[in-house]
Amino acid sequence: MTQLVVEQLLNGLQFGLMLFLIASGLTLVFGIMDMINLAHGSLYMGGAYLGAAAAQASGSFVIGLIAAALGMAALGALLEVLLLRKLYRRDPLIQVLATFALILVSNDLVRLIWGPQPLQLDPPTALAGPFELFGLSYPAYRLLIIAVGLALALALYALVGHTRIGMRVRAGAANRSMAEALGVNVRWLFTGLFALGAALAAVAGTLLGPLLAVEVGMGENILILAFVVIVIGGIGSMRGALVGSLLVGCVDTLGRALLPSLLRIVSPPEVAAHLGPALASVTIYLLMAAVLFWRPQGLFPARV
Amino acid sequence: MMRGGGHTGGLPEIFALVVAVLLPPVLQATGQDYYIGFATRVLIFALAATSLNFVVGSGGMVSFGHAAFFGGGAYVVAFLMQAGIVSGWLAWPLAALAAAVAGTAIGALSLRTHGVYFIMITLAFAQMVYYSIVSLQVAGGDDGLSLAQRSALAPFDLADDATLYWVTLAVLAACLGLLRRLERAPFGRVLAGLRDNELRMAALGYPVERIKLVCFVAGAAVAGLAGALLVNQNGMASPAQLYWTQSGMLLVMAILGGVGQRYGAIVGASVLLGLEEMLGQWSEYPHLLIGLILLGVALWVPHGLAGLGQRRS
Repeated sequence: MTQLVVEQLLNGLQFGLMLFLIASGLTLVFGIMDMINLAHGSLYMGGAYLGAAAAQASGSFVIGLIAAALGMAALGALLEVLLLRKLYRRDPLIQVLATFALILVSNDLVRLIWGPQPLQLDPPTALAGPFELFGLSYPAYRLLIIAVGLALALALYALVGHTRIGMRVRAGAANRSMAEALGVNVRWLFTGLFALGAALAAVAGTLLGPLLAVEVGMGENILILAFVVIVIGGIGSMRGALVGSLLVGCVDTLGRALLPSLLRIVSPPEVAAHLGPALASVTIYLLMAAVLFWRPQGLFPARV
Repeated sequence: MMRGGGHTGGLPEIFALVVAVLLPPVLQATGQDYYIGFATRVLIFALAATSLNFVVGSGGMVSFGHAAFFGGGAYVVAFLMQAGIVSGWLAWPLAALAAAVAGTAIGALSLRTHGVYFIMITLAFAQMVYYSIVSLQVAGGDDGLSLAQRSALAPFDLADDATLYWVTLAVLAACLGLLRRLERAPFGRVLAGLRDNELRMAALGYPVERIKLVCFVAGAAVAGLAGALLVNQNGMASPAQLYWTQSGMLLVMAILGGVGQRYGAIVGASVLLGLEEMLGQWSEYPHLLIGLILLGVALWVPHGLAGLGQRRS
């Protein structure tokens, strides 16, 4: 039982860290640029496809990962300059329309380029087996995801919390017009931020590729989870995104793994088999509703 | 901004209604029977998008969870059918009622939040509805529920496609009339006041949250009724009708036509479904083009297509 719980906790941590890579970009765009970007999931999908294609072509997972990050950063910057820049300060409804349109375009574009079949993405062969950890055997590849996720989270924390650029980012999130008045060049800051967010989403997409399917529509599922994360954490707050991600990752993973068996203890197996999955898949939404009920601005409001 | 005049229906409206009524025999005469079903579908989505337009445009609440009520209504009818209740006179109001009850619960909780948070929490609740229904065995799981037959709505025979079309048209016209009356009633004036300045209305003593909730629930009920029509038209209630992209589609229809425009949602639904139908016939990637068109609208036609022909005020 402990083995199961520890394993699921590690899975939760791993999923949470990947969610953080997606949610951090989203929360910055949301909090600083005041922009609803429904197409963030498409960046994640695009990254996964780029990564899988590059890994297949080169035979190296690492090259795939780097290609995905760089490729999506470039694409993200281009998208920001050509399109999204025109949408800041517009009616949120227009942002919804435009970014929803981007989802439609990118889904069909991916289908056009790579076909309707899911792409195969293998984890690096060196990490195919399990890894012994304190007498517990855990897939080595998942450990790598945790390591990369932690490293990126730390780097991002240092960037936002302890550098001059990060100071400007935080200033922009707290009060954009004041930051502009004080001479922050928000224009290029936004482009850079958007590219960074796209690269992080692409890394998450590629890393999760071997575990989940690289397919059209993968972005739509993860996007909603990322939204839940930033709403729980507080829009625009990096710390909130991190706490929210880990919370959602662990609650979702543990819920799916343990709720059905817990239900089996308290109710007949027939009921548990039906109710378990339903309950497990809505736990994070219940969590979000509860957070919003008691803290309508999220756990760590960025604006006061 | 002044909206609508005092008149109850101008010449263009009467003309449009006459054309709409005459459509099925014309299509039958020209051997285009297939398009009766398509036209019905357009009317149904127009109804659902209109109900959302009411919530967003008149109520000022950007709800991103309308599919829960729309798809939910479809599931209620399919579910009742499996339980042996075939009568549409019974099942359709129940679908609207169920959507209204769900709308009351979701709305009451969501209205504690504002702005972007409201968008997100309605989205989250709709996803909850989606996952709950998909994981329920009795609701058919991923396969959804198919309808053995269309609802019995004596004296109308819905098995006939043209009759279903006319019934849908009548429901749409009735709901439009109802919503318009609601907008012009004192309730609607209060809603307009809320849109302009919520704080001031609260200071004047209006129960702001309750008024918005009524608007949200009315929109949900109409969407539930649209769902009842939808399941009759396409013969099944499927999870895709509940998924968040369906909410997005409805919102896109409303925005495309023009939020707050009286016939905006109808224009939006017709254009979007029409494009899908047309482009789908000669391209494997219709959404690529539709997406680009929508982008163009977002950039250059911010008040929606229905706002194009109007005089600037």
